[in-house]
Amino acid sequence: MSVQLSELAPVAKPLLVCSHITTGYGRATILRDVSLHVAPGETIGLLGRNGMGKTTLLRTIMGLLPPGPQGCILFGDHDITGDRTASIARAGIALVPEGRGLFPNLGVEESLTLGARADSKGRNLWPLERIYDVFPRLAERRKHWCNQLSGGEQQMMAIGRALMTNPRLLMLDEATEGLAPKMRDEIWSILRRVAQAHIATMIVDKNLRDLFDLADRHVILAKGEIVFEGSTDKLRSDDTLIHRWLGV
Amino acid sequence: MELALVQLFNGIQYGLVVFLAASGLTLVFGILGIINLAHGSFYMLGAYLALTLTSITGNIFLALALGLPLAFAFGAAIEWIFIRHLYKRDHLQQVLLTFALILIFNEVQRIVWGSYPHAVPVPDFLSGSIRLTATLAYPVYRLVLTGICLVLALVMLITITGTKIGRLIRAGESNREMLELLGFDSRLLFRLVFAAGTMLAAAAGMLAAPVESVYPGIGERVLIVSFVVVVIGGMGSIRGAFIGALLIGIADAFGKMLLPGFASVMVYALMAVVLVVRPAGLFGRA
Repeated sequence: MSVQLSELAPVAKPLLVCSHITTGYGRATILRDVSLHVAPGETIGLLGRNGMGKTTLLRTIMGLLPPGPQGCILFGDHDITGDRTASIARAGIALVPEGRGLFPNLGVEESLTLGARADSKGRNLWPLERIYDVFPRLAERRKHWCNQLSGGEQQMMAIGRALMTNPRLLMLDEATEGLAPKMRDEIWSILRRVAQAHIATMIVDKNLRDLFDLADRHVILAKGEIVFEGSTDKLRSDDTLIHRWLGV
Repeated sequence: MELALVQLFNGIQYGLVVFLAASGLTLVFGILGIINLAHGSFYMLGAYLALTLTSITGNIFLALALGLPLAFAFGAAIEWIFIRHLYKRDHLQQVLLTFALILIFNEVQRIVWGSYPHAVPVPDFLSGSIRLTATLAYPVYRLVLTGICLVLALVMLITITGTKIGRLIRAGESNREMLELLGFDSRLLFRLVFAAGTMLAAAAGMLAAPVESVYPGIGERVLIVSFVVVVIGGMGSIRGAFIGALLIGIADAFGKMLLPGFASVMVYALMAVVLVVRPAGLFGRA
């Protein structure tokens, strides 16, 4: 289903449009004139070596960093450039940040339901029961504190919490990093279910094989600039691209 | 033996009043990361509000009903004008600004209320004493004061553990950015927490006003004891503040009875012992 949508992407109205984003910390520029778009329901792999600006791009989209003087970010029908992070989140973008952003002093169920809300059309596609259905381990752990969870459970918790805000765009930063292979597979199968639910996703991950299986399209960042943008097939068919920009 | 019982009651009552004041201080430090030296001034504000509003309404409880919303609004205004600019600054700048606030508040207090101590009357229907034993009586107002403080402590506990706002407060304490990422405006939450902390300190000042006289510099005394409580209990821990305040109250009361010459040191000796044994405080995270 998501493959069809990516074919439709050029005609369908994009969900997210970033144009001319330039971000830096102090004098160091991290992103240079980055422009990209995400179609509704599309799954995008955001690739690049460490320190190339992937996390910075996700944080800029969330309004945690300014997008620069020419930068403009449109989401749906709204210009969200310069908006507060909370209002961008409420507009329907959820970020599962690197490090998971857990609340150690909250219980699992308390955390999951904290940001729960219906989407902009008033639909609640991810009620607690569905989260527990997708993540049975969280159901078992519902009464535990978040800091008592294993790494994989913490990641499920972070993804479940993001889904309960009913986002139209879910962004994941290194969601499978540091997890055991079995747990990684579980996270990927969950991400497949998210993609099937027609939620657009932007995924930063080092496991290219899994990412290639899931994503419709990929964007490669190098030294803060976009050096490749195209379909999974195009990327797969050209080994030099992967060698040159991802070093694998 | 009877004296010990009275001192135990006094200690608990004093400890609970200190808890109300210290809980605001520890909340503001734990969640906003602000060291607020002007917190004692909010206690003083409460004491003088009790003085003025009781003389207008004739009753400390009516004064409370009017004074607490005023204190809340005052706290929200102080946060908006001054404190919110300090969140990203270091502790030295926080200390400098909030110390300046103490000087300003004290000067305003002298201009408005003068330098003489005042008394706030206990309401008539609570002015009697209850006989505890054949030879011992205890003032009713002090018992009521203890009860009100306990109820407020319980309300605080339920708010923090069982309500949405309490969950947001706890979440904001551990990860402000994630709270924003989930769609909550942390500026509003911080203002609310600061205003609530102000109101709690003012509530302590108002409730204690009929027991102790109202005088200039009352805030600084409470500020220092509150800091001792927060250090003993662990920075940011409400539960720690509760235990710490009761320990302080009881240590102070029995210090006065058993070691009168040593009484004023008692509280600090207790803090020193706790710091040696548990440097992060009883409930603090190291």
